[in-house]
Amino acid sequence: MTLDRRNFLAGSAAATAAAVAAPAVLRAQGGAIRIGEINSYTAQPAFLIPYRNGWTLALEQINAKGGVLGRKIETIHRDDGGKPEDSVRHAGELVNAEKVDLLAGGFLSNVGLAISDFANQNKRLYVASEPLTDALVWARGNRYTFRLRPSTYMQVAMLVEEAAKLQTKTWACVAPNYEYGQSCVKWFKELLTKAKPDVSFVAEQFPALGKIDAGATVQALEAAKPQGIFNVTFAGDLINFVRQGNTRGLFEGREVVSVLTGEPEYLDPLGAEAPKGWIVTGYPHSDIKTPEHTAFYDAYKAKFNDYPRLGSVVGFDTMNSIAAALAKAGTTDNEKLIAAMRGLKFTSAFGPVEYRAIDHQSTLGAYVGRLDVKDGKGVMTGWSYRDGAKYLPSDDVVRTLRPATA
Amino acid sequence: MDLILIQTLNGLASASSLFLVASGLSIIFGVTRVVNFAHGSFYMLGAYIAWSLVSRFGSASALGFWGGVLLAALLVGLVGLLIEIALLRRIYQAPELFQLLATFGVVLMVQDVALASWGPQDLLGPRAPGLRSFVSIFGNRFPTYELFLIVLGPIVLGALWLLFNKTRWGTLVRAATLDREMVGALGVNQRLLFTSVFFLGSCLAGLGGALQLPREAVNLHMDLSIIAEAFVVVVVGGLGSVTGAYLAAVLIGVMHAFGILIFPKITLVLVFLIMAVVLIVRPHGLMGRKPSLVQQGATMREPLLSPATREIKLLGAAALAVLAIAPLLLGNYGVSLLTELVILTLFAASLHFMMGPGGLASFGHAAYFGLGAYGAALAAKWLAAPMAAGLLFAPFLAGLAGVVFGWFCVRLSGVYLAMLTLAFAQIAWSVAFQWVELTGGDNGILGVWPAPWAAGKTTYYYLALVLCTALVLALRVAIFSPFGYALRAGRDSPVRAEAIGLNVTRINWLAFIIAAIAAGIAGGLYAYFKGSVFPTYMAISKSVDALLMVLLGGVQTVSGPIVGAFAFAWLQDWLVRGIAEYWRLVLGSAIVVLVLAFPQGLVGTALRWRGRSQDDDVPAEAVR
Repeated sequence: MTLDRRNFLAGSAAATAAAVAAPAVLRAQGGAIRIGEINSYTAQPAFLIPYRNGWTLALEQINAKGGVLGRKIETIHRDDGGKPEDSVRHAGELVNAEKVDLLAGGFLSNVGLAISDFANQNKRLYVASEPLTDALVWARGNRYTFRLRPSTYMQVAMLVEEAAKLQTKTWACVAPNYEYGQSCVKWFKELLTKAKPDVSFVAEQFPALGKIDAGATVQALEAAKPQGIFNVTFAGDLINFVRQGNTRGLFEGREVVSVLTGEPEYLDPLGAEAPKGWIVTGYPHSDIKTPEHTAFYDAYKAKFNDYPRLGSVVGFDTMNSIAAALAKAGTTDNEKLIAAMRGLKFTSAFGPVEYRAIDHQSTLGAYVGRLDVKDGKGVMTGWSYRDGAKYLPSDDVVRTLRPATA
Repeated sequence: MDLILIQTLNGLASASSLFLVASGLSIIFGVTRVVNFAHGSFYMLGAYIAWSLVSRFGSASALGFWGGVLLAALLVGLVGLLIEIALLRRIYQAPELFQLLATFGVVLMVQDVALASWGPQDLLGPRAPGLRSFVSIFGNRFPTYELFLIVLGPIVLGALWLLFNKTRWGTLVRAATLDREMVGALGVNQRLLFTSVFFLGSCLAGLGGALQLPREAVNLHMDLSIIAEAFVVVVVGGLGSVTGAYLAAVLIGVMHAFGILIFPKITLVLVFLIMAVVLIVRPHGLMGRKPSLVQQGATMREPLLSPATREIKLLGAAALAVLAIAPLLLGNYGVSLLTELVILTLFAASLHFMMGPGGLASFGHAAYFGLGAYGAALAAKWLAAPMAAGLLFAPFLAGLAGVVFGWFCVRLSGVYLAMLTLAFAQIAWSVAFQWVELTGGDNGILGVWPAPWAAGKTTYYYLALVLCTALVLALRVAIFSPFGYALRAGRDSPVRAEAIGLNVTRINWLAFIIAAIAAGIAGGLYAYFKGSVFPTYMAISKSVDALLMVLLGGVQTVSGPIVGAFAFAWLQDWLVRGIAEYWRLVLGSAIVVLVLAFPQGLVGTALRWRGRSQDDDVPAEAVR
């Protein structure tokens, strides 16, 4: 289960060495294309170590083929420790001192927004890999920011489609107490009510992120006697919630719809206690047999001696989409790159994806299925891939959500 | 009715978990006066070590599980022992709170050690043999393990009571809690006493962590998520009172279990609300005693601050000259980094103003920094105010908070005061976090960029440099003004200060407000510098940063915070960029080394060297 740390360290040591050695000589020759990548490595290692592995894999594959535009690509990684103000400092350093051509990365929504605003101010392309907040491309979207991962809205919309098929009429929601959790609950209520006007919501719980008082929370939900539960908690909170819920029978005879729970990052730690029957978004890594995914899966396994997590896919796809944009633009000129990114089609590990011109959101999708336990491990069953393009509001609505200047 | 019973039980179960950790912290603090930040790390280590041991011994057998848990607690106790002997023992004589800096270094090191040893993924512990299932209470299932915890809390409390009241060792510990020096004077081996207390406290933290195995995921965030709450429990209970800690844990656990039924979103701030209310009503916690005057006199004697000598003035002027010409030598990034350092210097100096001369340590100084930033950002967002107006609104908002919060805080002293500032800071933080319509919640306020004339990096740097230098100098002048002398009089001897007609409470309140305003200006400058404002600006970690800068520089010197801010922020930036992996381990080790090498802070120790070589200006007893 543990990641191969030696490989991780070796990879990053190489990256660091490259960053140190890279220098002015190459730059003077118009050498490598430089990407500044900022992420919360020390704050969120469970997602981001596999992410960086995925990124490194894509980078090496690209450079092995001679790079892009006849130039190699190199990445300079920075750790923001989960603080938006530090991410802005790193962005400044990467742009001004390291002279990177573009910025990428981001895990937490507020870090993503901080970098995005910096990018807008400094007229620099920013490819946000992970931050889920809708605001990144809608309410606070800007010309310089693109986002790869399916947003909060998209993830919830995929689940609402399934929830609407159920007979469940009364729902309770549990979500971590911050923007992501609150948005998920808001969209779930709004979209489900639209799809099925006769549903009602009987309870809400908002435990503080990372500090769930699971016993009391489970009891509070139980007391409302809902027929279904919408869960947004993840990571440690999810584990505590599931364990208390299992022991106290909260999930018995109830439908549970849950965001992100099928991602290996969050599902694997649950082991045999993975809650059977939950409808989740996620990534059934060992069962996807499309050619794109098999190629990615095998290469990843060969290099890191470990299976990819969802983070690996996000890192891999972000790097590849940047390379595709560079190839399409034929230059590192940021304005031309942005023109190229709008409507850019590239092949992700999940198949063909496009960065929409209208709001700079990629159409990367997610897998939706039910959880089960096999050989003492949580797995997704009956899953199918949901193309992100189908889970976004109509263009007219999107135009009202996004600033006209963006 | 059954819901009330079940939620009470849930509250009691959480209370027991919390109590185990907090009791160890309380004991350690009571005797050694060390604000042990690493206590949460011991808790986390307990959980991780227990996970490894139980996995190895086999979780199915009772012996494997409970043996693993107890062994983990003992091992963590040994780690604590080691840290006490190797690190803390050497700095007990350092200024108050200085040990906090050392334990913070340990926190950073443990974080990376845990990541390297156990990997990044959350670990799910096994359930406890014999306690896997549930009992039915009024048709509700209740886990037997939680029942076990409910019983365990009072048992541990009873055992500790017996230990402290019925054994010679316990009597000595209680004596040391009341008057450390007297115990030493009576020939008791203090070193051994301190070390054994630290061992016991660490064991309890380890046990608390290990016992979480069946109910919580083991992860790398356990340390920081428990530490603030553990401190709250200790302080609400009354420092050094184990019974008080239990009562406080029960109060918090039960209030939490019911609070979420009524206000589901109260989870962020509830513990701090409780602490604020308790401390306002009972300034020494539920069971705490007013510290005796003997002890107050004995714990601290500050060296006299003296105005800058000619030599130091020249040094300061030279440093300023270097800062003034620095943009000519540095690239764009160097200038931005310097801007940040200059702003942080003002932030640290503002904390030092109340903490050094005033003796009012604050664990929540980021509140005023953050409110300043929000003042500027809110003015920019809602009033479309120009930068100059935003920079005026920043200290206004921070100062207003200083007036209100300060009024309550200055009625307390010592760690109680510090914790009340923390409570207010967390309340302010949760307002910024939760009032999404006004503040944008955790997604913050974007687009707070400077006016066009100041948009250039170098221009903004000079703006920050001029404002911050002026304010830091003003604070310095205030320290050597009659007001500053009155403030120090109130710190050193409140009774005598009152006797000569000084209104100590009002003077402290004023100092609090001045510090808040200065921090607010730093926050306003920071907002325009970063272009965006987030609740993290008011988070505990920002307050801790300020404390670390002041302590690193030397709390009993005037220029300490300046040197501390530069050293700390620069070191961190340099390590994060230079090492990438495991920078926390290196930073933590660097802090520990600095602490050992400069036990009075960088400037404090340097002054002492100088004093020694010049035949000793600093009175010997001043730095005992």
